[in-house]
Amino acid sequence: MSDLVQWSGNLLYASFIMYLIATFFFGGAIRPKKNGQKQEENRWGKIGITVAVIGFIAQLGYFFTRWAASGHAPVSNLFEFITFFSMMLVGAFIIIYFMYRLPVLGVFALPVALVIIAYASMFPRDISPLIPALQSQWLHIHVTTVAAGEGILAISFIAGLIYLVKTIDQSKRSKQTIWLELIMYSLVAVVGFVAVTTTFTLSGYEAKFEYVNKDGKAAEETFHIPAIVGPNEGKLVTEDKFEPIVDMPAFINAKKLNTTLWSLAAGALLYGLIRLLTRKRMGALVQPLVKNVNTDLMDEVSYRAILIGFPVFTLGGLIFAMIWAQIAWTRFWGWDPKEVWALITWLFYAAFLHLRLSKGWHGEKSAWLAVVGFVIIMFNLIAVNLVIAGLHSYA
Amino acid sequence: MNKKKKRLIVRSIILAVLALAVGYTFYSNLTKEERHNLRKGDEAPDFVLTDLAGETRQLSDYKGKGVFLNFWGSWCDPCKKEMPHMEKLAKEYKSQGVEVLAVNVGDSELQTKKFAKQYGLTFPIAIDSTKEVQDAYNITPLPATFMISPDGKIEEIVIGGLVKEEQVRTLFDKVKP
Amino acid sequence: MAKVKCECGHVNPHGTILCESCGRALTEEAQKEKLHDMRYEGSARRSQTYNKTIIDKIWNFFSSVKVGIWLIVLTLIASSIGTIFPQKLFIPNNVSPETYYEETYGTAGKIYYTLGFHDLYNSIWFIGLIAAIGVSLVICSLDRVIPLYRALKNQRVARHGSFMKKQRLFALKEEKLQPEEIEKVKEKLKSKRYHIREEDGSLLAEKGRFSRWGPYVNHIGLIIFLIGAMLRSSEGMYTDEMLWIREGETLEIPGTQGEFYLKNEKFTIENYDKEKDPEVFKEALERTGGVVKNYQTDAVLYRDENRDLPGAKPKLVKVKEEKIRVNEPLKFDKFALYQDSYSKDEMKAMEFALANKETQKEAGRVKVDLFNPKDTYDLGNGYKVEIVGYYPDYDGIGSDGEPKTKSPLPNNPAFLFKMFSPEHPKGEISFTAIRQTLEPVGETDYKMEFRGIETRNISALTVRKDLTLWILGIGGAIFMIGVIQGAYWNHRRLWIRQIDGEVYVAAHTNKNWHGLKREINSVLEGTAIPVPEDQQG
Repeated sequence: MSDLVQWSGNLLYASFIMYLIATFFFGGAIRPKKNGQKQEENRWGKIGITVAVIGFIAQLGYFFTRWAASGHAPVSNLFEFITFFSMMLVGAFIIIYFMYRLPVLGVFALPVALVIIAYASMFPRDISPLIPALQSQWLHIHVTTVAAGEGILAISFIAGLIYLVKTIDQSKRSKQTIWLELIMYSLVAVVGFVAVTTTFTLSGYEAKFEYVNKDGKAAEETFHIPAIVGPNEGKLVTEDKFEPIVDMPAFINAKKLNTTLWSLAAGALLYGLIRLLTRKRMGALVQPLVKNVNTDLMDEVSYRAILIGFPVFTLGGLIFAMIWAQIAWTRFWGWDPKEVWALITWLFYAAFLHLRLSKGWHGEKSAWLAVVGFVIIMFNLIAVNLVIAGLHSYA
Repeated sequence: MNKKKKRLIVRSIILAVLALAVGYTFYSNLTKEERHNLRKGDEAPDFVLTDLAGETRQLSDYKGKGVFLNFWGSWCDPCKKEMPHMEKLAKEYKSQGVEVLAVNVGDSELQTKKFAKQYGLTFPIAIDSTKEVQDAYNITPLPATFMISPDGKIEEIVIGGLVKEEQVRTLFDKVKP
Repeated sequence: MAKVKCECGHVNPHGTILCESCGRALTEEAQKEKLHDMRYEGSARRSQTYNKTIIDKIWNFFSSVKVGIWLIVLTLIASSIGTIFPQKLFIPNNVSPETYYEETYGTAGKIYYTLGFHDLYNSIWFIGLIAAIGVSLVICSLDRVIPLYRALKNQRVARHGSFMKKQRLFALKEEKLQPEEIEKVKEKLKSKRYHIREEDGSLLAEKGRFSRWGPYVNHIGLIIFLIGAMLRSSEGMYTDEMLWIREGETLEIPGTQGEFYLKNEKFTIENYDKEKDPEVFKEALERTGGVVKNYQTDAVLYRDENRDLPGAKPKLVKVKEEKIRVNEPLKFDKFALYQDSYSKDEMKAMEFALANKETQKEAGRVKVDLFNPKDTYDLGNGYKVEIVGYYPDYDGIGSDGEPKTKSPLPNNPAFLFKMFSPEHPKGEISFTAIRQTLEPVGETDYKMEFRGIETRNISALTVRKDLTLWILGIGGAIFMIGVIQGAYWNHRRLWIRQIDGEVYVAAHTNKNWHGLKREINSVLEGTAIPVPEDQQG
């Protein structure tokens, strides 16, 4: 039994490495050619996609071995769900790649997938048994379909991002460059989160607090990262640890906020370092990668990904969700925050599809919308679970 | 011209249907809370209970008489306060065709009997042990009093305690046949 | 409201931009366009053509896609506001919302409450927004689907040269086509499932036209769904009741008009066991402590043959016996019973011993059913216990000197006992509560010693009837069909025409230009017909 778990972990690790390698091959595939001709798939691209597919198969292996070990599809906690989302993102990339044969998509999609896997692995990784509400076939059906839909929609973000990197004028500072930098910084901040969490976990930092919780009761919380912000009326119990600078009101989860602050700070440090070393905006730094990109085609890929992903997301995130909610929670819709954010995601893409009918909403505006859509998805995927507790907060 | 008129009619009909649907949605959403509450003028839901003496009491048997239907519990203070008024007037109005029927909600037989004895209550008291009657009348806070006219209609609803004797008397007068 | 007659002879409705039949531009703007806007085939969107009466104005307002998008965006923003703080539904139900929001979230919470955001999704304006979306769906669709249908039905094979030139994919070549050339292309097109129409040397190949109806099909689905949601608040369509039922109790199921009764045989909560359950869970169980494995009510469903008045004794006939678990509701008739909540270990009975204080000798035991205590318990040999007063939820002594009870539930039972013994045939009074004994009328020789307690669980079941589900199901299914139809297929057309010794080739698709280009390339490559090129960008 534990062998299977061991295998599962190794396979995930292998897929991570494969995606990393594939990224470099795709990077090689988009090197500008001497004759300046339009990019066609070359040998580098072929190797890149092959490695990516092997990585994907390895990740499928992780998924099914873990399923076999636990007896349920590994989509029941944040680590499992986010990992599965990354797998769906890569899967969607592979499909889109075979439609359009654009190595540049890999250069952006795979690093995003890598960051997401790294992020996921910061959450508790042990196999947890299912609480009664999750004991249903609909767990597999609903969650996998949602993740698949979101993975495909994420490709529209990747294409939109490439579009923006290519078209935004980096010769001067503008609203666009600032927003683009914000996207880049967000990605770096996730890396910051991974770095901070890993560092302090390895060092074994532990600081216990006694505090007063939301219901006015005494509670305890152990911080694994030095507390910049402490819990409501918190008292540091462990000796010789960092005292928080401020205490938070009871309704804010100080531990999570603290981690967020650390991540943002680490991200800022990393980002600052990059800017300092290269003396360039990150947008400008990656711009050479997209030199040969056909923007019209990228716009179409972004739109197409939404067209493909929207029905899948609707099916998983709303229809299957409603069916299961009717069975498990007695009502198909109950305005639980996660439900609401699924609706918001759906409404957003519905608005996007209608805007595509209007003139002037192709190209750059459309690319920005694809970015916003991804932000909403990530918000629902992560923030709603971590920040707004509801029925879905079992992760 | 003709065609334009036709179009206007078609549009008007469609808009009217939509307006109706939206209006209905508002109406049914805004009224769903109180829809299940009984109101003045409603038919009093019939029920049948056995009183402490073992006699069957069915509301519809009281047709032709006014009924002072009171829901109470021994733990509720306002219920205790109104009992003496009820007892006094029950005797007085019996000859005038108004009967008191008290329904206990939630107490055991022991408590109910002790309570009746303590307050010297002579009117029939029945225990709604399954809470079916309470549900039929949709009662949450106690006490609650329903004045039922001789033809079985709800004449008056009082949620909460009756403090003054005069107040109770007015209620009795309302349902005199 | 003059109709517009095109040079080709076709009579178009007022407001048409591109002739339905030959595609010639009918407005000046369209003539000036570099590429034609093909959104609704250049048909006359009805709403844009008149603007007279108030009815027309309302119609036109809702007919605008822009308005529709605004409604979507407003709903989206409103929905997100509702998740900032928990809704009224999710706050503890023993607190008043008025104070809860301010106490928990400070000034922001107070503002949130004052603006009514604590119950946002039931507010009039939110329902109004959804209703407006519904209206917009109906009118937008009607206003577009009919002209589009007309335009696609009336389209002629031979399109005007100007129309073809202003298509995104277009090519022109001086060439005289041989019939066998055309045949070859036709074969290829057929193998790609194109429908081909020909008219004096001109050719129109078309496929996937049905995908154009996708948006309208999915809008119909949404409208049906909204109708279902609307009916949900109607009388009799929807039941939402709660049944709190103790182990051993048989109660009428609320909402069933006295037809069905339920008995709770047993309620169980089971936790995962580190030893017995699969070893892979061990780590997680050690990290998180207990994880619940199962909530279950062993229930028996009865039908009341009597169906008599409330309060009447039911004549119960067993229908079925089932275990109600989370995700496995008990279904009957149009109802379903769901395991929703529970309360553990409510006191059911208490056991006391009548004992002599001095000798510690027990004279006998009394087991008091807290829901139906007896008047007296005769222990024989002259020993007897009488219950003078029973206070199930004891809450101190009132101002009148009498013990008070907060509620009829046995949360904190207390008794006023009268203890009879051969030594005290007139009885001694003892007040016995949990961890407390008073002797209000003088010290006693006997006492009621607490011996034990019997408890039972209460299961909370949600009683649900929802007669709108099938409507929602149909709406949802139609929506999915429409969305898939519109998103996974596309409407592709290829026109080939010979004018004055020149070959005109134009192609159009409503989406996925990349796919269209690849397909046309593969069809036309190696033929005398030029491959159309992208004129955009």
